[in-house]
Amino acid sequence: MLRKFHSWSGLIATLLVVVLSVTGAVLSINPILDRAQAKVAGTSSISVAELTGKLASSYPGIEQIQRSPSGSIIVYFTENGKTGADLINPITGQPIGPYSTSPVMVWFKNLHRSYLLDTPGRVGAAISAFLMLLLTISGAFMLAKRLGSWRQILRPIQGTFRERLHCQVGRVAVLALLLSAITGLTMSAVTFELLPDYQSAEPVFPASVQGDIPASIGTLAALKAIPMNELRELVYPYKDDRNDVYSIITHQGSGFIDQSTGQLLSFQSINNKQKLYEFIYMLHTGEGLWWLGLLLGLGALTVPLMSWTGIQIWWRRKRSITTIKNNTAPRSADTIILVGSEGNSTWGFAKTLHDALNLAGYLVHTMSMNSFVNSALNSYPNVKQLFILTATYGDGDAPASASRFLTQLEQITEVPKFSFAVLGFGDRQFPEFCQYAKEVEATLTAKAWSQLLPLDTINRQSSQEFSRWGNTVGMAMGTDLSLVHIPTQPSCTTLALIERVNYGAKVKAPTAVLRFKLPDGSNTDLPTFEAGDLVGILAPGSKVARFYSLASESKDGILEICVRHHPRGLCSSFLYSLSVGDSIEAFIKPNPSFRPASGKAPIVLIGAGTGIGPLVGFIRHNKSHHPIHLYWGGRCPESDFLYERELNTYLKDKRLTALNAVFSRINERSYVQDKIVLDSSELRGLIGKGAQFLVCGGRDMASSVMLALDEVLKPLGMDVLTLKAQGRYREDVY
Amino acid sequence: MKYLTTTLCFFCILVMSAQISAREITLTTELKNYSGDGAYLAIYLTNAEGQYQETLWVAGQKSKYYKHLTGWARASGLRVSEYDGLTGASVSSGKTLSVTLDLADAYIDRGFQLKVDTSVEDMRDNRNDVVVPLTTEGAGKLSAGRGYVKAFTYAF
Repeated sequence: MLRKFHSWSGLIATLLVVVLSVTGAVLSINPILDRAQAKVAGTSSISVAELTGKLASSYPGIEQIQRSPSGSIIVYFTENGKTGADLINPITGQPIGPYSTSPVMVWFKNLHRSYLLDTPGRVGAAISAFLMLLLTISGAFMLAKRLGSWRQILRPIQGTFRERLHCQVGRVAVLALLLSAITGLTMSAVTFELLPDYQSAEPVFPASVQGDIPASIGTLAALKAIPMNELRELVYPYKDDRNDVYSIITHQGSGFIDQSTGQLLSFQSINNKQKLYEFIYMLHTGEGLWWLGLLLGLGALTVPLMSWTGIQIWWRRKRSITTIKNNTAPRSADTIILVGSEGNSTWGFAKTLHDALNLAGYLVHTMSMNSFVNSALNSYPNVKQLFILTATYGDGDAPASASRFLTQLEQITEVPKFSFAVLGFGDRQFPEFCQYAKEVEATLTAKAWSQLLPLDTINRQSSQEFSRWGNTVGMAMGTDLSLVHIPTQPSCTTLALIERVNYGAKVKAPTAVLRFKLPDGSNTDLPTFEAGDLVGILAPGSKVARFYSLASESKDGILEICVRHHPRGLCSSFLYSLSVGDSIEAFIKPNPSFRPASGKAPIVLIGAGTGIGPLVGFIRHNKSHHPIHLYWGGRCPESDFLYERELNTYLKDKRLTALNAVFSRINERSYVQDKIVLDSSELRGLIGKGAQFLVCGGRDMASSVMLALDEVLKPLGMDVLTLKAQGRYREDVY
Repeated sequence: MKYLTTTLCFFCILVMSAQISAREITLTTELKNYSGDGAYLAIYLTNAEGQYQETLWVAGQKSKYYKHLTGWARASGLRVSEYDGLTGASVSSGKTLSVTLDLADAYIDRGFQLKVDTSVEDMRDNRNDVVVPLTTEGAGKLSAGRGYVKAFTYAF
């Protein structure tokens, strides 16, 4: 809901808000420019009388003096029947140069406050400021939710490059944007009289004056009493009008001064309302507070970037959503399909089932598992059967769209009339295969819900297995159900092998680093990817892609992976057999959670075997020299020390801080986890500095590393789960 | 009765003479290219001593800015009755304001003066931007202003 609100108000407001912020940023340099040309030092010791006394001779036609909030002094005068204005040095009273308002800045100011459309435009600008306020607040709430809580708001951010940029920049700019929006809105409200008028009363114009010969201005008592840096404006009496007076405005108030006696004839202090308004005005414009103005200007400059990244994030998310057609309302549906999905692929299967049931005459409603438990059971009065199609996330956890399912299910005590069937999606090579689906099945059975079919599982998105399950479902329901699931194959790019480096043949671990490029004459671009993302490769004759972690990013112009040859592996055999010039079909699967988070905290990379691939990618792109400590395990330094030469180069140019490589087939045999235990105290030091861990490699290695790190963490009263909860422990395990 | 008739006749003559002695006057104010927002103008009448008589026209809709038309604001006391029905839009840089209204003959050739005060946001206020005597002879003659006014003329 929050996301929808944020996206839609963002899309609607983009253009308006971008104009508002860019013009605001331009205007924000005004106070500093103003300050640069003003000579402000030492004006507190000069009185208004002293300066005006000096000006009396150099400007006989002087009519008005103004002091801007930044301290520059402007003299307005008439000479030979023409008016003019000079910027002057308040110490010497000498002119610095002629003064004029910049027409460009006037134009920007009008664009900023009214889109050059006067009153209707001012309403528009106020609405934009309001939208910006909503966007800033909703964005801050989304970020807090993403990071866990407000207390963890400064935690490192994970995600795709665009998401990280959007969140990171937003987190920095949020205060500036809030301040700009709120102060701007207040000013609009005052303009449109939604807030009471702030202006102090005018001083009473004196009914009578002395009317004698005017005294020289430098001798006027009232002006002697006012220091120069208190002055805002002094208007001289009209020439040869003895009944006229000096009008003065200071920071304290405004009043009139008799031109012959020099007495203050009347004075009206500025009231608190006006002081408050002037303070808000200063916060918004930075006039008199140039550094704040610049900060707000910089904050405003992030808005175009936020809009652009925001739109892209929205578009990508929108594109990856499967749309369910003919979704019957829950109230009238006889069949419900619940989806537990992390990366949206399970939705594709749900759609196939939905369409087939629809065709068979059923009234089907498909929704996420979380939406199901949001309502009470009696919201589904006509349901006869419930299907739950769910993937598993990580180590047997609930996928994103089912995160609240089990906890909220506990609150449902009644036993529904309908029966259910659970179908799990997963990959058999993981020990926790379909663990979450099993848990859902067990929970429902324990609650005595009636079962339509026992739990079934689909391995690696197999269309055949899904179709078989469809037959079983059809039999159970007494209808003919044919489920033909055609997985949406991502569009592939053809890449040619340009280089391969072989390792490990001697120790029976044949491994190759493969580098691919777009074939010559190709008119497409490399798809966008970063180190740590995955590349899906289809071996000839196979419908199922195998995924490999990427060691390069698309900006490098090459796609690099590290492949270990498994004798019975279809894809690894295919890749290992490639010679330079051969080509492959590949597509990118983003893996945004496996990235070093931004920030200065040290990074500990742990891997074994080909797990080095993405880790080398991170080190290679560590151009800002964050401290990176690498722990890696191989078999024999002479045979399978992957990337040995590169790693030594990175050590020398400080991209890599420490290289801890251990080997298992030499005399002093050792595994990564052993080295971790050995380095306990050093690692604890790094953890104290906020270190984050990225682990890549086989499942067994990953669990050994976790056990070893638990030992390391024990004296600190932490364990790996603590780190995981803080987003400081990430795995890419296969 | 006779007294009443005399009074009535006198009154009629007075009214008629007032009608006859009112003249249409067109005030034309051309502004310079001063590169700023729309200008506020107050055109008003004073006697030879500079004492305020009446407001002829105020350009600019937002009364909260009227205090910047300093001379006029002080003299008229900014009482709404002084300018009610005599206001219009502000005048943009380089544009010309032309207003036509009825003016009593009694003001012409009797030492009265036409004055224009001007003001632009974020720029200086000009009291007495234009000061010209109101005479038959002066009609149609261009007068330059000191501030934002490039040329001011009046014609009967």
